[in-house]
Amino acid sequence: MARVKKIVNDPHHIVEEVIEGFVLASHGSLRKVEGVNALMRAHVPEGKVALLIGGGSGHEPMYTAFVGENLADASVCGHIFAAPTPDIIFEATKAVHRGNGVLYVYGNYAGDIMNFDIAAEMAAAEGITVKTARVMDDVASAPPERMDQRRGIGGAFYQVKIAGAACATAPDLDAAYRIALKAQASIRSIGVAVAAGSLPETGEPTFLLGDDEIEIGMGAHGEPGVQRRKLIPADALTEEMVDLLVNDLPFRRGDRVALLLNDLGATTLMELMIVNRKARMLLDQQGIVVHETQFGSYLTCQEMAGFSLSLIRLDDELTRYVDLPATSLGYARR
Amino acid sequence: MAEGLDLDATRAMLRHVAEVVIANEPALTKADQAIGDGDHGVGMSRGFRAVIAALDAGRPAATAGDLLQVTATAILTKAGGASGAIFGTFFSGAAKGAGGAVLSAALFGRALREGLRAVQARGQAKPGDKTMVDALAPAADAAEASAAAGLRAAAQAAAEAAAEGARATQGMVAKVGKARALGERSVDRIDPGALTMSLILRGMAESITRVSPDAEPDG
Repeated sequence: MARVKKIVNDPHHIVEEVIEGFVLASHGSLRKVEGVNALMRAHVPEGKVALLIGGGSGHEPMYTAFVGENLADASVCGHIFAAPTPDIIFEATKAVHRGNGVLYVYGNYAGDIMNFDIAAEMAAAEGITVKTARVMDDVASAPPERMDQRRGIGGAFYQVKIAGAACATAPDLDAAYRIALKAQASIRSIGVAVAAGSLPETGEPTFLLGDDEIEIGMGAHGEPGVQRRKLIPADALTEEMVDLLVNDLPFRRGDRVALLLNDLGATTLMELMIVNRKARMLLDQQGIVVHETQFGSYLTCQEMAGFSLSLIRLDDELTRYVDLPATSLGYARR
Repeated sequence: MAEGLDLDATRAMLRHVAEVVIANEPALTKADQAIGDGDHGVGMSRGFRAVIAALDAGRPAATAGDLLQVTATAILTKAGGASGAIFGTFFSGAAKGAGGAVLSAALFGRALREGLRAVQARGQAKPGDKTMVDALAPAADAAEASAAAGLRAAAQAAAEAAAEGARATQGMVAKVGKARALGERSVDRIDPGALTMSLILRGMAESITRVSPDAEPDG
């Protein structure tokens, strides 16, 4: 199979070059953490509860583009699709700590858990308190009673948004942590893969799908989903996915939600809007009130085609955090 | 003959372990492509090259544990991914069990035991889950059981038990880690982490055997 074309230099320098690009695009609001592959706000207020996010690279804009005011204070970057090492996380933790603890938010993957846990232990040894709220929103990856085995996918955006707003306004780490856990319990996502992305180092696809096949629930790195099947029309596909989401939490008549349509890399806005049309039809029918809609690229897997749908149930408290203005390279709200 | 390895010999042993793992990068890559995302060999090779550089930097060490900790830190910071965390944690745990200037058979067994304890605390894997624990747990048992027969016998018993344990992962279904998602599709494949663990113990046994060739145990 032909190697997938990529606009890169030496693939081993991708992560460093991407960070440099983000820093320059920020015009002074972001800087690199000295000596490691991590990016942070140029000014983190004294006494603020710090929010540190991150994971493997290659999913841009997640996580790095969501560093900014009322969002994350730093993002740590692993190699492509590989967890960042503890020294990177530890250095970034020290760099953003302002005396009031650090909250970690990242996807619920074995490699990330171990590396972030080791970093948290290193931080504790230096007197820095760390709490962790992992993203575990993918309903396809495990049944509800094994929520702790669920993977983190597109709903990571709302986990970061809410945790960012909470860390910016909470008096202490425990208060911010409580909000982050509430968000974690309220977010549900489901993805569908139409075509694979590729590993930039090798040019090889991360999984194989037949020409006329899709896989509902497939993970960001090609992890098996709920069902592999023939391509079906957008409305039928959307209906299946919305059903999986609504029945999982479950979302009920009268619930207020935020809706996120995340392009996995190569799916067009045209397709997302066709999906949104049907999703809203279904949610309206069920009396689920959509407070806001986000759409576009939030968590990608290179040129993977497909999208994820996320719903988050919002009570008054979570609504305030969703609505709080925020600024970053990947998302802004005024 | 000495009752164990002095610090120079322990340093040489860890260096040899690194060389064995690096030399097996293609085999580890192949094993991981079948069951994971294919980056295990590259990550381990990157980590153990950093181990050689760190050991050669020759910072003073007072105990075998200090050298094991140098190894741990290099892997933790350079290998990346889940395997970097796990093998870094193994050496870091082993370091806590090896607080003596001479690596004796007793210390060797305790290092493996503490390494196993640390790995299980970190990754929650049990024997039978198709992970490196399936190579390490029988190796720790074997090393302790053979401790009375001397370091060479203990290291060889551990290496054999680890090799056998790695082979046995072929019949197992993955329960943790990325391969968990493969479920039944993971059967018939050796776990790449178990393979690496068996290579590490083979490297230790080879180096120990070379240093004390005539340390054949009684009986």
